[in-house]
Parts: sequence; structure tokens; C-alpha cells
Amino acid sequence: MALLAYTVRRLLMLIPVLLGMSLIVFAIIHAIPGDPALTILGEKASPQALADLREQLGLNNPWYTQYFHYLANLLKGDLGVSLHSKAPITVEMGPYLAATFELTLVSMLFAVFIGVNAGIISAWKQNSWFDYICMLIALIGVSMPVFWLGLMEQWVFAQELKWLPSIGRDNPRDPVAEITHFYIIDTILAGRWDHFRDVVEHLILPGVALGTIPMAIIARITRSSMLEVMRSDYIRTARAKGLGQFFVVYKHALKNALIPVLTIVGVQVGLLIGGAVLTETIFGWPGVGRYIYTAIGNRDYPVIQSGILIIATIFVLINLVVDLLYAYVDPRIKYR
Amino acid sequence: MAETHVQTVPVKRMDEPISSPWRDALRILRKNKMAIIGFCIILFFVLLAILAPVITPYEYDKGELVDKNLPPSAEHWFGTDYNGRDVFTRVIYGAQISLRVGLFAVIGSVVAGTFLGLLAGYYGRWIDTLISRLFDIMLAFPSILLAIAIVAILGPSLENALLAIAIVNVPTYGRLVRSRVLSLKEEEYVMAAKAIGSKHSHIIIQHILPNSLAPIIVTGTLGIATAIIEAAALGFLGLGAQPPQPEWGLMLSDSRQYIQKAPWTVIFPGLSIMLTVLGFNLIGDGLRDALDPRMKN
Repeated sequence: MALLAYTVRRLLMLIPVLLGMSLIVFAIIHAIPGDPALTILGEKASPQALADLREQLGLNNPWYTQYFHYLANLLKGDLGVSLHSKAPITVEMGPYLAATFELTLVSMLFAVFIGVNAGIISAWKQNSWFDYICMLIALIGVSMPVFWLGLMEQWVFAQELKWLPSIGRDNPRDPVAEITHFYIIDTILAGRWDHFRDVVEHLILPGVALGTIPMAIIARITRSSMLEVMRSDYIRTARAKGLGQFFVVYKHALKNALIPVLTIVGVQVGLLIGGAVLTETIFGWPGVGRYIYTAIGNRDYPVIQSGILIIATIFVLINLVVDLLYAYVDPRIKYR
Repeated sequence: MAETHVQTVPVKRMDEPISSPWRDALRILRKNKMAIIGFCIILFFVLLAILAPVITPYEYDKGELVDKNLPPSAEHWFGTDYNGRDVFTRVIYGAQISLRVGLFAVIGSVVAGTFLGLLAGYYGRWIDTLISRLFDIMLAFPSILLAIAIVAILGPSLENALLAIAIVNVPTYGRLVRSRVLSLKEEEYVMAAKAIGSKHSHIIIQHILPNSLAPIIVTGTLGIATAIIEAAALGFLGLGAQPPQPEWGLMLSDSRQYIQKAPWTVIFPGLSIMLTVLGFNLIGDGLRDALDPRMKN
């Protein structure tokens, strides 16, 4: 019951945050110094085109009228129209979102699987060569700029060794038939195992690039959290009972050690979606990040606004889910 | 980590310097090998940046096209890029840019964050609510996206990128200072200062700020690392430094299409970003262990 009340309270607290976010995103066009229409269309634009754009963006009204209009449209699920493609952004966004989710999910699985296990073994075999190498890799990993790692991967594994494709989600000459826009699911639904293999190969390089930083962070947190738990009384008791080392580590210690890891995983998922702008740009991945990047080049401000708003909303929702999970997993937490 | 601190109480001679938390921290820091390595890396880059005009005979924005994409050699340690410009020269002038952006962005965030955090924590009530909600909203955006949004408003340039990074990181320091103030307010010596009628400004400057300094320094050092990566990311996306500035992120995006022909043009700027970031991370970790053992993890 307390958990339910806590959930409801957290959902209510979300409302002012979401409103504030919409205000900031709204300001992206309206805070442009000078005439936004002139900035968007450039110096050579005809007065007629400028007037039309001002009309389309509603720039002739006072800002609060514009904001409430913008908010009303958002609540209806209308994100506006792309200035570049003239298509409704809500429609355009779908496939891009799916592409970003697929990439994020793969890199997070990679990061959690490798990171948690490396952290556990490092803590278990503390001060061994394995521990030192893992922590060295983790240290370099947290300092690695994701865009440089991506470029290096492309160079070594795609261009020099030619093991893996460097760009895109599938083979452009033999594209995947889109059903759900999640290509892994689509290829399975279509029973095209050749396509499935192709899609997986395309996911490896960007997935690893995007997953490296969270992997390093997760490994470090898991290690220190495990070390702390391993010193506790109940672990000593478990050992004293004569339980096997593996059983103590993976069954008893891991359960409690994973609680801080869970928070980090949540934060990292959000950061990954943000970091996707860079990874997607490098790997030509048709996701929301690249959608925003292209929009910046085209001065397509409605798309920039909507892209950022969508990603931030997802970020907030993920954080909420993590907080709720945290309260659920750890009964020691008080719901405040 | 598994260190046990054994407390010993040495007998002090009268002429021995009085131990202070800062001196203790310095002593711990000097024993931390990783922090020393980090410090050496940063010192190395700072020297390169300052001495750039002395070290290299080339200019960062001029090259001979006949010399384009040359591999590393005695004349060109890191080779040349697609414009025939010396990559080593560009990398060390790039150190000037990245170190400056990292430092000033963090100073900006710390000053604004400390001010807002003090205001929120000390005065409380509606000011606190307002500032805390603002921080919540800003933290609701992944930082690089918020920086992109700000640069999209102001227009792409190195200065605007610096400003954007500074703004984006304000809530980090603001929240930190606010929570320090809230706990310090309950301390007896602050209560005592209030009881004897000290002014607010006196309490803040004499008691609250000095006691908030350690976590700010730790977070700030780690923050320089983040700011350098963010500046390079904005540069890479074309939203930060503009050509022909030798900014490391911009150099990466400039040279990426020549990566097979001239990999050195991509390897060295990236390696420099990684090393400086690593250096600040090592110093930050060391400072954290030295200044505030409770902040570990």
C-alpha cells in the first residue's frame, strides 16, 4: 500500500517537471536572438517566405499564447511539422525511435552482462591480475570519448579487417521488410535468418561503442559494492556454514550488491539515449539522435524541439521506473 | 575499497606544524600513485599547451597542400592532415582550447551552482522550491542534449559551447552545495554563531563555504573531465569550435573521412582527449579518497 501511494506521489511530481521541460524546449525557437524566421531561412529568404514561416510557427502572437498553443498540441500528441520534409513529426519519429531503442537495448545488455560479471570476479579475486586488468580497462573506459571509440572501431573492424559493416542497420541492397521497425523482431517474424544475421552484424560495432562507458562504470560500481557486501556479517555466516565460494558470491552477496548497480543502470540507460546522438551520427544509424543531428544541419527547429523533448521524456520515465524498482527491491528504503 | 585506517595519536612537539584537514589530505594524496600519475598527465598537457609556440615551428592553421596526409616522421611527429597541416602542432594548440574550456566551464558552473545552492539551502522556503524544481527540470535532460539545445539557440561557436556546458552542469554543484548547507545548518557551531547574533553573510562565508569546499573541489575536478568530453562532443557535431580552430573533437570529425589513408589524423586528437580526461579522473578520484572517505563509490 505504501508502495502504491509512493508511486502515485512520484507520478504527480512528474507533472511540474514535464511542464518545465516543455517550456525549455519551447524556448529553443523563441529564445533565438533576433528574428527566428530569418535564422531558420537565412539571409536570402524572400519577405513572403519569412512571413509565411512566422505565420506557420505562430511567431506573430505573444509568447504565452504560443506556449499554450504548443502545449495543447503536445497533449494531443501533435509534435508539429518538419520544416524540411513537411511531414508530421509524430509520424516520422516512430521508426527512428525504434532504431534508437534497439541500439540502446543491445548496448545496455552488453554493458550489464560484461560489467556486472567483471565487477563480481574482480571483487571475488581482489588484487589479482584479473582485478587489475579489469579495473585498468574500466578506468580507460570511463575516460573514453564515445565518438573516438566509434571511429577507431570502424577503422579497425570495418575498414581494415572488413569483419563487420560500418554503417546503417541493414544491407541497403537487400533491406529488411519493416513490420515493427525493431529489425531483430522483424527478421524473426519474417523468418529471414540471413537478414537476422545481417542485422546482428550491423548492431555489434555501434552497440559496443555505446555500451563501453556504462560497462566500465557498472564494473566499478559492482566491484566496490560487492567488496562492501563481502565484508558483512551475514556473508561471514554463510562462509562459516561451509557454503561454497561460488554460492556465497553469486547467491548471497550479489543480491544485495546489485541494489546500487540498479540505480547506475537506470542513470546509464538515460545517458545512453543522450549519447546516441554521437554514436548514431558516426555509424549512420537512423535513430532519433541522428534525426536531431540532421535537423540541426537543416535548421529544422520543430524537429530539434520534438527530438529533444521525446528523449528527455523517456529519460525521466526511465529514472522514475528505476526509483520505483529500487523501492520495490530494497525494503529498507523509506518512501518519502 | 579495503583500507583500514588505524588512528594513532602522536605526541606533538610544540614547534611541529599544526595538522589541518587540508594538510592531512595532501599527505594522503601524495601517497596515491594513481593520483600522481593523473597529476603528471595533466602537468604534461598544461606545459605542452603553454609552450606550444616554442615547441613547434609550424602554425596550426597553415599547411602546404603538397604535404597533405603525410605519415608521422621526424619533421611531422604526428604526420600531417588533409590540408598539409602538422597534426602535432594542432594537437598541442588543441590542448590550450580543451584545458581552457574544461576549466572555465567548471568555474562558471561552480560559481553559479554555489550561489543558487546557498540561496536554496540557507534561505529555504519558496526560493528553495523554485531553485530545486529548476534543477530537477534541467537534470531531466541528458546533459549533452541540453547543451545541444542551448547551442541551437545561441548559434555554434566555441564560446557558446563553453557557456552551454557551464549552464548544463550548474545543477550538479547547486544540489551538492544545497545538501551541504542543509546538513551544516544543523551543526552546533552554526547554531552557536546564529545564537550570538552573527550576520547571515558572516555565517555563510566563515562557516558554510569553507565546509562545503572539499566536495566542490572533488566534483569540480571530475567535472573538468566531463566538460572536456562534452566540448569535444559539441565540436565533433559541428556545434562547438569552428574551423580552422584546432579543437580536438572538431579535428576528429574533420579527418574522419581520411581515416584509412591517414589514420594518424584521427588517432592522436582522440588519444589526447582520452589522456586528459583520464588525468582529471585520476586526480578527482584521488582527491575524493583524500578529502572525503565517505564519498567513495
